[in-house]
Amino acid sequence: MDAILSLDWFLILTSLAKTLGIIFLIVLPMVSYTVYAERRVSALIQDRIGPNRVNMPLSLLGFKKDLVLPLGGLGQPVADAVKFILKEDLTPAHVNKFYYWLAPCLAMVPAILTLAVIPFGSTFLGVPMVIANVNIGVLFVFAIASLGVYGIVIAGWSSNSKYPFLGSVRSSSQMISYELALGLSVVPIFLIIGKLNLSEIIQYQIRHGWLLFPFTAFFHSTWSELAHQLILWPWMIISFVVFTISIFAETNRLPFDLPEAETELVAGYHTEYSSMKFALFFLGEYAAMITGSSLIVVLFLGGWHFPGIPDGSRGWFFGLVNIGVFFGKVAALLFVFIWVRWTLPRFRYDQLMRLGWIWFFEIALVNIFITAGILAIFPN
Amino acid sequence: MAYTVPRPKLTFAEKIYLPSIISGLLITINHLRKMLRGQTHIAMQYPEEKWDTHLPEHYRGAPTLVKDEHDRERCVACQLCEFICPPRAITIKPGELPAESKFAKVEKFPKEFEIDMIRCIYCGLCEEVCPEQAIFLRKDYAIVGTSRAEMVHDKKKLYELGGVMDGLVFKWNEKK
Repeated sequence: MDAILSLDWFLILTSLAKTLGIIFLIVLPMVSYTVYAERRVSALIQDRIGPNRVNMPLSLLGFKKDLVLPLGGLGQPVADAVKFILKEDLTPAHVNKFYYWLAPCLAMVPAILTLAVIPFGSTFLGVPMVIANVNIGVLFVFAIASLGVYGIVIAGWSSNSKYPFLGSVRSSSQMISYELALGLSVVPIFLIIGKLNLSEIIQYQIRHGWLLFPFTAFFHSTWSELAHQLILWPWMIISFVVFTISIFAETNRLPFDLPEAETELVAGYHTEYSSMKFALFFLGEYAAMITGSSLIVVLFLGGWHFPGIPDGSRGWFFGLVNIGVFFGKVAALLFVFIWVRWTLPRFRYDQLMRLGWIWFFEIALVNIFITAGILAIFPN
Repeated sequence: MAYTVPRPKLTFAEKIYLPSIISGLLITINHLRKMLRGQTHIAMQYPEEKWDTHLPEHYRGAPTLVKDEHDRERCVACQLCEFICPPRAITIKPGELPAESKFAKVEKFPKEFEIDMIRCIYCGLCEEVCPEQAIFLRKDYAIVGTSRAEMVHDKKKLYELGGVMDGLVFKWNEKK
């Protein structure tokens, strides 16, 4: 009894509330509306209109008229979800059943798991808006995010079919070649800040300006501090570019969507999947996009901070505003993801490998040495 | 003799791709901006907007049969349309007019006249070939049915769609 009472129930309950809240109230709706945004933005870019007429088909249920909702297609994700759940869930006879069922879960889970360490707000009613404020923050993200490849590899292997297999082989080699650049490109940040904890990284950016836009700290930093940030600025921009492009490759987005290249591999690793199992791959991909965008926001764009807006210690309202700012930045990055997808064509496989191994790996490595050199000459 | 196509010499900007990536991104965002401002011409939103009010004069819709101003059917069952119809959509069974009719000596009439709208290609040759100007392509384009039988327009349906057309050909009305 004493053992139960001595547990930190406040911590447990708030963590539970944050976990459920962020998954069911923020991330899953955000995933489904990212899919909707993807279809809508792609349509607008291609001079089409896109899904704009989702209504309630009440006439199917025996009513006289359909219910026309003036939502302009915002009901599309709901309709999609209903469709996915009601579709036949086919398991082909030639697959390895156990791994075939395991793979969709492995694709979805790591993408959501990484959100545990990402601070999505300052404090709300005194509770820090991060589920697990661990000191190894970024390492945890990389460790879990690289597990995402297992979902794809196992899906491709267990499907026992050529196209999925080729897709998964491509995916694993792609992930390996970009994981290196991804890891190395953020090392300069840790050289500057000296911490892996993502909340501390945001605190540093509030004091010294966002790493990508050092001018956000223009009014409360001294000239020497600003000069120091400005010397580091170009190298941070290189870091940002390499990191962002690696995130594109890591989440299998165009121009790096070789694992599911429709023109060559039918649908890549999820060719044999249908219904909700396919939807899990789909959701996993978009959840990974959201995680990747959150990571970019935390590392380079100041997280939940916006110049002039105080943090949650000034009242619950500002706590909410901070959460809003964070997800606003994430949404802006998601738009960039979609925008790039509908602009650039897919890379050829050898071009992809050359970009990963010859360019980004070297650029990230040299960037580390230059940043270290600058920090040795001009210490904080 | 083998001829080697010379490779174009790329400048540094072309080699690193970045300028062309940025110009590509600008092109797509401009399309997005123009769509949002409504400056792009987009296709007609069919069920809400329809073409009906401004169909062009030459529009070829469903072929129909017409009656003249005396409510007499114009078709004399000459079967020219049946023979010219490229997809063979028209079937006519000609019949003799009753003996008491004053046109019995000069005309036949179609006992059955069917146009299979699944076959029809809306070419308008039947209208062109008809010597009595009895068959016209009207402007109905939404021809729907839930079975093959329903898509075959019989005489009743054809006259219903065609209606009355006066003038043009006077047949034997004035010559008697």
